[in-house]
Amino acid sequence: MLTYTLRRLAFAVPALLAISFIIFAILDLAPSDPTAQLPLTIPPEVREKIRLSLGLGEPFAVRYWKWLIQFFVNEPLNLIEQWTGWSFGDGDRLRVLSWQTRSPVVDLIAQRMPQTLWVVGMSYVLGALIAIPIGVISAYRQYSWFDQFGTLFSMVGFSIPTFFTGLLFIVIFSVNLEWFPSIYDTTHEVTDWESFVFQIKQMIMPTMVLGLYNASQISRFMRASMLDNLGQDYVRTARAKGMTEKVVVLVHVMRNSLIPVVTVLALNLPQVFGGAIITEQIFKVNGLGQLLIGAIEGGDIPTVQTLTFIFAVLIVLFNLIADLLYGILDPRIRYD
Amino acid sequence: MPLADGAPATAQQTNGVDDAPVLEVEGLETVFDTRDGAVHAVNGVSFHLRPGELLGVVGESGSGKSVTMMSALQLLPSPPARRTGGMVRFRGQDVDAMTPKAMRRLRGGEIGFVFQDPMTSLNPVFTVGFQIMEPLRKHLRLSKPEARKRAAELLAMVGIPSPEARLNDYPHQFSGGMRQRVMIAIALACEPGVVIADEPTTALDVTIQAQIIELVKDLRQRLGAAIVWITHDLGVIAGIADRVAVMYAGRIVEEGPVLEIFEDPRHPYTRALLETMPHLEGDRPQRLRTIPGQPPVLMETPVACSFAPRCPHAFDKCLAADPRLEPCGAAGHRVACWWTPPEAETEVPA
Ligand SMILES: Nc1ncnc2c1ncn2[C@@H]1O[C@H](COP(=O)(O)OP(=O)(O)OP(=O)(O)O)[C@@H](O)[C@H]1O
Ligand SMILES: [Mg+2]
Repeated sequence: MLTYTLRRLAFAVPALLAISFIIFAILDLAPSDPTAQLPLTIPPEVREKIRLSLGLGEPFAVRYWKWLIQFFVNEPLNLIEQWTGWSFGDGDRLRVLSWQTRSPVVDLIAQRMPQTLWVVGMSYVLGALIAIPIGVISAYRQYSWFDQFGTLFSMVGFSIPTFFTGLLFIVIFSVNLEWFPSIYDTTHEVTDWESFVFQIKQMIMPTMVLGLYNASQISRFMRASMLDNLGQDYVRTARAKGMTEKVVVLVHVMRNSLIPVVTVLALNLPQVFGGAIITEQIFKVNGLGQLLIGAIEGGDIPTVQTLTFIFAVLIVLFNLIADLLYGILDPRIRYD
Repeated sequence: MPLADGAPATAQQTNGVDDAPVLEVEGLETVFDTRDGAVHAVNGVSFHLRPGELLGVVGESGSGKSVTMMSALQLLPSPPARRTGGMVRFRGQDVDAMTPKAMRRLRGGEIGFVFQDPMTSLNPVFTVGFQIMEPLRKHLRLSKPEARKRAAELLAMVGIPSPEARLNDYPHQFSGGMRQRVMIAIALACEPGVVIADEPTTALDVTIQAQIIELVKDLRQRLGAAIVWITHDLGVIAGIADRVAVMYAGRIVEEGPVLEIFEDPRHPYTRALLETMPHLEGDRPQRLRTIPGQPPVLMETPVACSFAPRCPHAFDKCLAADPRLEPCGAAGHRVACWWTPPEAETEVPA
């Protein structure tokens, strides 16, 4: 298992380098001008100077190389310094800077990460927690009214886009019932019980919108996996041994059914970090999704490059994690 | 009068204490609801099993051997399976009227089941030890270490080397024959009075087959369990069974003591089955014979004898009426057939 993991990690390095090159090259080809949003009164020579100051005068290879050093060497060193308090060299390293804000991209991401993790991560957990019992019951009572309702629920949940459910929730729960705020206040800090309640309240709607969407997918998946396993011979053996239905379904069948579901959950986890771009927009949660949208609109190429590449790293990483989980959960799979 | 009546009754009863059947099945009927209609898989099967007895059940593939046994213990998923009639009694108790709890006690606790396919009948994600310990902990209420000890003993009993260590292995780490042994160990875990072994040797090669047969013989002697042994191999049955039931198209067409079935087979189907058996006595076995024709599609309840289309002795009555199991020949021999073999014609029915 360890050698397998190390081998996979070693393979990931060239793959990620290739990905980083592609991302960098494609964004470089994009006809976007970082000075486009500056006032028209700025004379062209000044504009050119601004461009040069952003490093655009240098050839592609040099810029790519610099970005690589900044991303793979300087930023990790910075992080290590921050976490451990050690210091390497003079600490004066070039960092990946956002063109829009002139602040390091990694700091921006660190700022936005908590909101995304809270809202989108919570919706993922919530989705799984709702979906797994629904999937289990639907499969066990296939074609019962519960199952039919569950099918309808997930069809609706899956086919209605989150921008619609989001607005619907706002109209019902914020405008008409006035239960929850429609805008997520990122500056809000939890200090006592009351502020905690407020935090929960403002999280409920975005979390539910995304959670229901996730749940409708996961529950289908869980149901299919359960149905696959309920028909297996070993289920009959468990019953013939005199096990209770609870043990048969929740131990024997579920343990098998969870294997593919857990794997898919792990595979899809990078989505959480990607932030649900649309949902974050609707509820004004300024998480990673919003950061990305803002950067794209402002032609802030370093931010887009770095964010996209981080997503790529996460996808590669969680692919590996999913494979390892599979090996842990299913004793028939051996990696050596 | 009551006294006179009472005397033989008590005599019968005392006689019956040893002999009362542990398992009785009467008129069992089961259908599968499929997209193309109902498949009548079991059509009025009746049999009984006495303590310590080994009943061999033979028949072609698809004759309903497995379905009959599973239906009796309510192990068929419903839908598609549906019991449409019949009565099952275990030690005189109506199995269908049992509470779910009593039913669970029965399954695993008092009736052990060895399923046909050892490759898929064990749960792939639990260790073999866990799967053997489950019924021990549930029915015998053993503690974990006790159950573990007993599980290792069971593995040793079915002839698996270094049983202690193998408890921690998963089913895929065992060969097919070993998995079948594990299945047998699970079935025997709680020392049940009845073991239903559904083709326990069919998936195995001949040497392992012989080992398993020896094992079952031996276990039967030591534990005194009654066994239903399902197979399509009459050769296996000949060596171990006390009685044989021959199944065709979801019913028992002939039933009797093993010697009777082999020496005085009455049903043309039984005779055909015996003829398909390779004879080891001859210098060179003849070409394997098969029974011509196909088993019937069980889409409707038969009005005629189901074997008639394939039967070399069929006559007009066979197409007009469905024969029932009637006594014939020696005691305990019953057959469902209108035709009488010429050599038996002179005999007076007992
Ligand atoms: N789930 C099902 N749906 C429909 N028909 C079924 C189903 N299971 C079994 N049957 C039918 O029931 C009949 C009896 O099947 P069964 O498995 O009892 O045969 P068998 O005698 O055990 O054969 P084998 O020797 O191959 O094990 C077959 O004709 C089969 O088509
Ligand atoms: Mg069978």
